[in-house]
Amino acid sequence: MVNLIIDGVKVQAEEDTTILEVARFYGIDIPALCYHEDLSPYGACRLCTVEIEEKGRKRLVASCLYPVKEGLRVRTHTARVVNGRRMILELLLARCPNSKTLQDMASKTGLQRIRFKPEDNDCILCGLCVRMCAEQMRSGALGFIGRGDTREVVTPFREKSEVCRSCGACMYICPAMELQCRGIASSRDLCNSCLVISPQCLEKYDQVMCYVESCGGCTGIDKIGKGGK
Amino acid sequence: MVRIRNCSDLEGLRRTIVEGRDQKKPCIAVCSGTGCQAYECEKVTEAFLSELERNKLKKRVDVRRTGCRGFCQRGPITVVYPEGIFYQRVRSEDAKEIVFETILNKRIVDRLLYTDPSSGQKFVYEKDVPFYNKQIRILLGNNAFVDATKIEDYIAIGGYSALAKVLSEMKPEQVIDVIKRSGLRGRGGAGFPTADKWESCKRARGDVKYVICNADEGDPGAYMNRSLLEGNPHSIIEGMIIGAYAIGSNEGYVYVRHEYPLAVKNLTIALGQAKEYGFLGKDILGTSFGFDVKIRRGGGAFVCGESTALMASIEGKVGEPRAKYVHTTEKGLWNRPSNLNNVETWANVPLIILKGRDWFSGIGTKKSKGTKIFSLVGKINNTGLVEVPMGITLREIIYDIGGGIPDGKEFKAVQTGGPSGGCIPEKLLSLPVDFEKLTEVGSMMGSGGMIVMDESTCMVDVAKYFLNFLLEESCGKCAPCREGIKRMLEITTDISSGRGDAEGLKLLEELATVVKDFSLCGLGQTASNPVLSTVHYFRDEYEAHLNGKCPAGVCKALIEYFIHEDKCNGCGLCRKNCPQNAITGEPKKPHAIVSEKCIKCGICHESCKFEAIAIT
Repeated sequence: MVNLIIDGVKVQAEEDTTILEVARFYGIDIPALCYHEDLSPYGACRLCTVEIEEKGRKRLVASCLYPVKEGLRVRTHTARVVNGRRMILELLLARCPNSKTLQDMASKTGLQRIRFKPEDNDCILCGLCVRMCAEQMRSGALGFIGRGDTREVVTPFREKSEVCRSCGACMYICPAMELQCRGIASSRDLCNSCLVISPQCLEKYDQVMCYVESCGGCTGIDKIGKGGK
Repeated sequence: MVRIRNCSDLEGLRRTIVEGRDQKKPCIAVCSGTGCQAYECEKVTEAFLSELERNKLKKRVDVRRTGCRGFCQRGPITVVYPEGIFYQRVRSEDAKEIVFETILNKRIVDRLLYTDPSSGQKFVYEKDVPFYNKQIRILLGNNAFVDATKIEDYIAIGGYSALAKVLSEMKPEQVIDVIKRSGLRGRGGAGFPTADKWESCKRARGDVKYVICNADEGDPGAYMNRSLLEGNPHSIIEGMIIGAYAIGSNEGYVYVRHEYPLAVKNLTIALGQAKEYGFLGKDILGTSFGFDVKIRRGGGAFVCGESTALMASIEGKVGEPRAKYVHTTEKGLWNRPSNLNNVETWANVPLIILKGRDWFSGIGTKKSKGTKIFSLVGKINNTGLVEVPMGITLREIIYDIGGGIPDGKEFKAVQTGGPSGGCIPEKLLSLPVDFEKLTEVGSMMGSGGMIVMDESTCMVDVAKYFLNFLLEESCGKCAPCREGIKRMLEITTDISSGRGDAEGLKLLEELATVVKDFSLCGLGQTASNPVLSTVHYFRDEYEAHLNGKCPAGVCKALIEYFIHEDKCNGCGLCRKNCPQNAITGEPKKPHAIVSEKCIKCGICHESCKFEAIAIT
């Protein structure tokens, strides 16, 4: 076992685990988009970045990849970390304004407005589908092409791959495949509704449904920061 | 060819080569480096050969194609030995005169000598030329004596004796100790102590270990590694064999850009020759140590210069970096301990072994030892490769060696470290060049790119240029680098086209800091440097853009061309050249530009012989 300190709490962890795994085990919430517990860590969204202190030296690392070490001090929500996460979410939301996952995450960081020019994209290039297909489905029907901002996820030659079994695992794991956020008026908006309502629809349904056609349960609820009813 | 089995074999071979050569026999050495190739040095060499043939001198005079001599501005460079007469800008037409005058009659061809533009003084020998006399050319200097395709040339100047010394007298630990005490640090950019890297790779668990040479030089305008590989490949191979012995590796790779065909060719020849002589392969120099090197050609991705991306590329995967929380010295190529060093680092190794750690640590500053090769390009009189001791000031490089700024213009900034480096302003020109000092001022050593800019360079435009380069070359894996660079480019483009505002500039700085802190690999972590350094040192220029002015007159949206009526004599040249027919006027009367039609291409400005066209 390895002893380390996360956000001031002394914790124990098994060797060869990562900071993110340990933090989540102890109930500390570190946001992440490209991480999934059953897939190999990828380190691409950088939202799980935390500040660590080792031998007196502070630095930022991706917690989904950084292995725990004896005596490590981790701080998951320093100002530098939170500000950076907020900026990354702003960048990603500018790319995919209607993503519900992004909208919810951004609201939690207190993002007020998106300052970059909005694009109309769905894919956040987290690579979950690519890894899902290769690692869990043992297939490899998907991959990345292009470099820089031309990067995208496609099948070989943009045709249905011979090795694709149409299992749908890629769709299952994709954060962009869920129904999109409908609460925004303009693409620079933050929605926030899901975080502040105590919807009546919960009595009817077992999940918050405000992102489908309004059930009317959330009417009269103001946006950002003003709280629920 | 005889296989060298031990030190005395090698010494014997060297003696045979040296004694077989008549030191007094004239030799015409034509530089065949990258720069001189562009000046058609091959035609010059052919001209010399046919001229010698015609004079029946072929057996009495040697012609040698050498590696890059560095003074690319004045190429093709030709040096006539044994006197060492230094001719520059030699064309094929000059061959006849040089053979007749210098070879046959021992006279100097005055007009081909280098003339110092400021003093008008002429120089006969290379060492006296101001471009060379402040340099310490421990690496590049050997290019002049070596034909890259002939291992005998390299052996004649002491090649492979460092390897012989290591294999016959030294234990691997001793080799690492010598390198450690010499203070050699990685020349690829980060300046990590080479011996520490070797040591941790040696200590790492695993039977199979790799040594790799990073020759994926991708910075715009940089060709230091190229010139070493093309000009003296054996020095790199020897360095790698020594490193492999120290680390305990039997397999090596050179990752070289496919765009360097001559480097690949010369390296392939060199590897073949080294194998024939027994410097590579099994039982090197009669010991039980064996080592072999393979070449892997890169497809031209800038990011593949990053160690983990490079290794992924060698493995045949997409060249994308991964986090290095477990170092490549422990888990690198195929998850095995791997030691990666830059071309220049490897080339230093045999010299340190041969001449001693104290010799090497005697050059340079407290923390940065030895020399560094820079590729000095941009708005500078003497473009070329310069090898200088660490600690030399930027001013000495730019003014004493580089000869200052052409056309009497003012110096504005120097950009070091390639696209991820920063722009250093005039007030910091006295800065001694070493790893720490450059980082302190917001730039970096990088692999040695050095781009000089003058008053006609717009700093916003420069930031834009590098961001554009980095956006294309980012692998796109991590969000801050991919999205961040795109947005930084968007904001700088807005600023340069007059759509910027103070809020955008603030956002740019904020964003640049996040990209620097949160990106996955070195490319993203340094991608902000061009932005942060230009905003820091040239904020006034950014602010001028916000107020609708481009002080350097570069950003098209913010400038207007107009014709001075008093200077224009109506020659009509601008009118003829204007692709938009935007210039009107009768012959011999002052012309005028119709601004609605003008696309600001600047052709009129360049073609006017009377400086009548100005920019506001």
